[in-house]
This record gives sequence, C-alpha cells and structure tokens, in this order.
Amino acid sequence: MNVDITKYNDSSQNLPSVRRTPDSFGVGRGAFQSSSALAFPGEVHHTPGGGVLVSKLDDVINWARSNSLWPLVFGTSCCAIEMMSTAGAKYDWSRFGFEVARATPRQADVIIIAGTIVNKMAPVLKRLYDQMADPKYVIAMGACATSGGPFFYNTYSVVKGADHVIPVDVYIAGCPPRPEALLHSLITLQEKIKSGMTREQIKTAKPEQRF
Amino acid sequence: MFRETEIVKQIESAEPDGFGDLVINVGPQHPATHGVLHLVITLNGETIKKVEPHLGYIHRSIEKMCESLSYRQFIYVTSKMDYLSSHMNNHGCCLCVEKGLQVEVPPRAQVIRVLMDELTRIASHCLWWGAMAMDVGALTPFFLSFRERELINDIMEETCGTRLTMNYMVPGGVMADLHPNFYKSVKDFIAHFKNKIDEYDQLVTDNIIFQNRTKGIGFISKEEAISFGMTGPSARGSGVQCDVRKLFPYEVYDKLQFDEIIETAGDSFARYMVRMKELRQSISIIEQLIDNIPEGDIQTKTKAVLKLPKGEYYSRVETARGEFGVYIVSEGGTTPYRIKFRSPGFSNLSALDHMARGGKIGDLVATMGTLDLVIPDIDR
Amino acid sequence: MTSEELKIKLTAFFQTATFGESGEWLNMNIAAANLPATTNILRHDPVLNFDYLFCQTCVDFKTHLTMVYHLTSTGHRLPLVLKVQLDRNNPEIETVSQTWKTAEFHEREIYEMFGVNFLNHPDLRLLILPDGWEGRNPMRKDFEDPINMIKL
Repeated sequence: MNVDITKYNDSSQNLPSVRRTPDSFGVGRGAFQSSSALAFPGEVHHTPGGGVLVSKLDDVINWARSNSLWPLVFGTSCCAIEMMSTAGAKYDWSRFGFEVARATPRQADVIIIAGTIVNKMAPVLKRLYDQMADPKYVIAMGACATSGGPFFYNTYSVVKGADHVIPVDVYIAGCPPRPEALLHSLITLQEKIKSGMTREQIKTAKPEQRF
Repeated sequence: MFRETEIVKQIESAEPDGFGDLVINVGPQHPATHGVLHLVITLNGETIKKVEPHLGYIHRSIEKMCESLSYRQFIYVTSKMDYLSSHMNNHGCCLCVEKGLQVEVPPRAQVIRVLMDELTRIASHCLWWGAMAMDVGALTPFFLSFRERELINDIMEETCGTRLTMNYMVPGGVMADLHPNFYKSVKDFIAHFKNKIDEYDQLVTDNIIFQNRTKGIGFISKEEAISFGMTGPSARGSGVQCDVRKLFPYEVYDKLQFDEIIETAGDSFARYMVRMKELRQSISIIEQLIDNIPEGDIQTKTKAVLKLPKGEYYSRVETARGEFGVYIVSEGGTTPYRIKFRSPGFSNLSALDHMARGGKIGDLVATMGTLDLVIPDIDR
Repeated sequence: MTSEELKIKLTAFFQTATFGESGEWLNMNIAAANLPATTNILRHDPVLNFDYLFCQTCVDFKTHLTMVYHLTSTGHRLPLVLKVQLDRNNPEIETVSQTWKTAEFHEREIYEMFGVNFLNHPDLRLLILPDGWEGRNPMRKDFEDPINMIKL
C-alpha cells in the first residue's frame, strides 16, 4: 500500500483555510498565530458560545471546500495515464468531488503534478501555480515529482522534486502509483483541509494532534 | 524565458498582408496536446500558416543517463519513454543486447514476448481512440476505452507486477512465468473485446460528424511521408509499407498469419482506419498464439554483469507508433558507450508542419490526434 | 539485389569510400567533403534509391566525432550505414535536409547535443534544450556538470 508522507516546507503561503480557535490545541500553546508568528499580546477572553459558532462555521466551510476540489489537467509523463485511469469509470474520482477537471488554472483548486518536472518546464509550472486562485493545493504524484525518481542520478535536466518549484501538500510514492494510491492521497488532502491547520501548525503539532 | 526572443522575432518577421498575422501558443499545458508539446502557430485569421513545435519540456536526458547504467539497468528507463508501448520498448532493448551477446531466446519466452506486445498494442490503440475522440469533442469514448484498458491492465498486473511501465523483459527471456489465470483472462478478454470493436465502429467511425472532421484533413503523400521518415500507422495511412513485423521479422512473427494494413488516402481518416483495423489484427495474432504456448524455459541464463563485445548493434521493433530503433555502440565495457533511441514520434512530428498548413486550428487538433504522439518518446 | 551486389555497385560509384563490417550491415566511410555528392547519388540513382533515412546520429569517440547515417530503400530494403569522421575542434558538415526532410530535426538535435555545425541548414537552432545551452554540448564525453553528473 503506498503511504503518503507529508513533508513540510517553509513557504510564505500558508494553507489559507480558516484557522481553528486556540481552544482546540490547549491554552498556553500559543497556537493561534499568524504567518508572521507574533504572539497575540494580552489575554484572550472568549465570548460564551461565540467560539462554538465560529468553529462550526469553519467546519462547514472546510467541509465544502474539501468536497469540491477541481483538479487542473496537468500531466507531463507516465503518471498522467494513471491519473486518467483514476478519472475513468473503474476508479472514479468524481465520487469524491473531483468531477470537473479544468483545463485552465484560473478555475482550478488543486494541481496534481503527474510526471517529471524538467528545467525547461519549471517556469511553466510556477506560472500555472501563480495563476491559480487561493485556496490552492498541490499534490506531487509519483516518484519523479516527489524527488526526481528514476531520473535522479546523472541527468542534467531534471528537477529533483517538484517541491523545489512550488510548495507541495501531499506526496504519493510509486512509479506510477496505482489509482487507489491517488485516491488515498485525495482523501488525505480532503482530511488536511477539513482539519483547518496551516502548514506551520502541522509542522509544530504533536503527532496525536495531527489530522 | 522559453523562446521569447524567437517568438518576438517571428512576430516581427511575419509578412504583412493587410490583416496581420497572429502568433499564438498552444501548450505546453494543454488538454489536447497529449503531453507537454509547445506549438507556436502563425495564423492568418483562423488559417494556419506555419506550425513550429518547441520540444524539450520533458527532456530527461535519458541517452546521457544510460551511458552510466549497466546493460540490465537501462531497459527499465526505456519503458518510461513511450509509456503506452512499454513492453515493446523493453523488447527492442533486449533484442539489441541479445544481438550483442549472441544468446538465443527460448521459444516459450518468444511467444510470451509477442503476446505481451500485442496486448500492449491493443491497450495503446484503445487509449489513442479514447483520447482522439475526446480531442474532437466526444467524451463518451474515453470512458469506454478505459474500460477495456483496465481489463488489460489487470492481466498485466497478475503476470508482470505493474499496470503501466512493466519491466518484464530481460536479456535472454522474460523475468517470470505466466500467472495461472493468464489463459482464461486473455480468452475472456478476446471474447469480450471482439464485440466492443464493433461498438467502437458504430459509435465513432460511422459517425458523420467525425468523418467530416477527419476526411480530407492533414493530407500527406507517400513520397513526402518517406522523406520525412515517418513510420507506423501514420505512414501506412499514406501507402508506405513499413511494418517491421513483416519486413524484418523478429521472435515468432514470421510464423504468424496477419495482414499489414495499408490505406492510400493519406488523410486523417485513413490513419484512423489503419489503427482500427490493426486492433482486429492484434486480436487474431493473440488467438493464434494463446493456445500454442510451448513449454520450456522462460529465460536463457546469462551472466549477472553483462559485457557486450566491442562494436555496434542496431535492432528495431514495431511499437504502436512506429519503428523504435535501439543503436548501441559498445567499447567492451559494462556500460554502453553511446545509445541512440530512434523514436517514432520524432520523425512523425516533423511532418506536422507540412500536414497542418492551410487548415484551421480544429483541423490541427484532429491531425495531431491521428498522429498519436507521445511526447516523452520524442524528447527522450 | 543482395548485399554483395550492393557493395560492388557502391565501390563502382564511390572510389574513395572505404568499407567496414562493424555491426551486421554494410558500413561505408567517406570524407566530409564528399558528403553532398555521395548523398545525391545515393538518393537519386534509380538502382540504389536510398530514399529512407531512418536514423541519424553522432558518436563522440574521444579523438574525433563520427556522424552515422542509417539509410535504407523502400525498393530493395537493404540497409546501409554511412559514416563520416569529423574533427573534434571544428566539426562542420554539409546538411542533408534537402535530400531527406527528416534530417531537419535530427540535425538540430545533433547540433545542440554535440556542437556539429551543419552548413546550409534552413533553421539551425536549439530543439530540445532550453535557452542558454548554446555552446554547452551535453552528449560530448567532456561535458562537465559537477552538480548533477557523478563520474564513475
């Protein structure tokens, strides 16, 4: 079974989903931090019932976002065929909300990097990622997008991992990964969105507090 | 960045003819280019004046990398070049290495290799059909063809271990014996697939819209096709006899009864019909072989570390796209001194400019669909 | 026509060519200056009729470069391997893209990978490598890339 490994990157772009209130992580942890990582000065007094209302709204918004992610049609090499198989009728990904695969990045939520990224393609990938509107997520599918894959040694033109170019949320191992592995990663991404944590929060959270 | 200076030069050098020429980019990220192909098209209105492919967006420097891999290791990488005919790519490499080592492949392994090749050809043509129909505008054939592909992928997975980039052939034979379910699965598949080809014909081939989109589009004559070095179904649609299985038979192809499909019209519909008829020929090859697999070894024993004697070797196979050639120059060591992969898409793509001039952009998409390009095969 | 007859005919046409048998097909070595005349005869002679260039490549032996052309004919189906030696420091050769149109792309690729200058090529520029790789010829044996390449 292919296992997803969540690696964490320092990027200035946090997962811009709605943040949970500090009560979820325990008082005194200082978990409610903005991207500039300054501690909130003073004391926090919560209005009775207010936190529950906002967190319920957070949950609904995150649930809606995660169940309706539209992927971008972006496949460079062999993993694209397994992505097409996942879109086919046997391993249908539209059951999970990925029904509408958009060809234009302006209308897409998630970019699934299926295939090797080479030096000539890297600026194109960056431009596509910049054209996507927030909130946007990235899945690196296959060994080539994770780390360069079989083309790691002695190649002068391969970028050794797509996360040298754009920040990645979920990595999938495999060459090519089975469609079930891609579905598992899509579900993992959905859980990541529903948890509402930013990338820094995931990095500093204890294992039992992760999603 | 990528060729901006050249695109500016093209815009400046376009002949002024009152309306002005428009230079647009198709790709590299585009749903209809079957991979990362960047076409810079010079248009006059909607008529194409010039198509210029810009390659290299998936150039993984495979030929340089193979100079540091051993003769057993480099075969794995070639299955990622033209990933839809991965068995046939591996087959070509194994034939070249066996030619150098002068080993004989046992008959059981030869028959297994041909069976796997033909199953892969059917899978590749199924995907081509689905993707081409999707380019032209029909979305249903995509799902139908993937249904058949999943059956073949299951057969492959039982025997070879993976669904797409199988690394099943080794110099000397095949890696492992057939799964016990293989015979029954293949026979069930053949019985199921014969009806499906008729369904495909009813759905797309006899469709008046599809015929209007492809008849008379993308014409290339026989002499031009030979001059451009085209091979495979794209050339056979123009009347060129170039099937490597017939001209330079390898493995057991000289003992099999099948036809080489030639059409003379030279347009997109002819190339389409060549591939549809090849599906039926592949089925008939599998039927001839599935009941007659000889018993015996599946692999001739070779040394663990292979060394080809000094010299040069060329071997060719017929993939779903055309003639795939492997040219190895060896200096006697454990790694090849120079490998050149003659990929079919490289020559087929060079004819695209000739075929698309004077047509519209919709015709360009239909032509590219019938050329069946897989871009990693071109960029290597 | 058998390959023996082919060899006799070729010897009659090209007196300065030498023949070798490395590999299974007939090899013909000619000088770079004779290439245009040789390819003209090979293509247009009605008996030889080599109209199909199916592979064009270059090999870097460390003292010289060798251009290799694999030709065959749709008539007699006999393959011929044409080899031309080039000087390593200034590799120049006439293009064959007027004779066989497939050579346009093949020669662009050899130009960027090995640095061979093809005279009278209609459009000689980089094909596969990105901008900025002119002059850096990655397939040559002395290509240095300390970050990516491990010397074995």
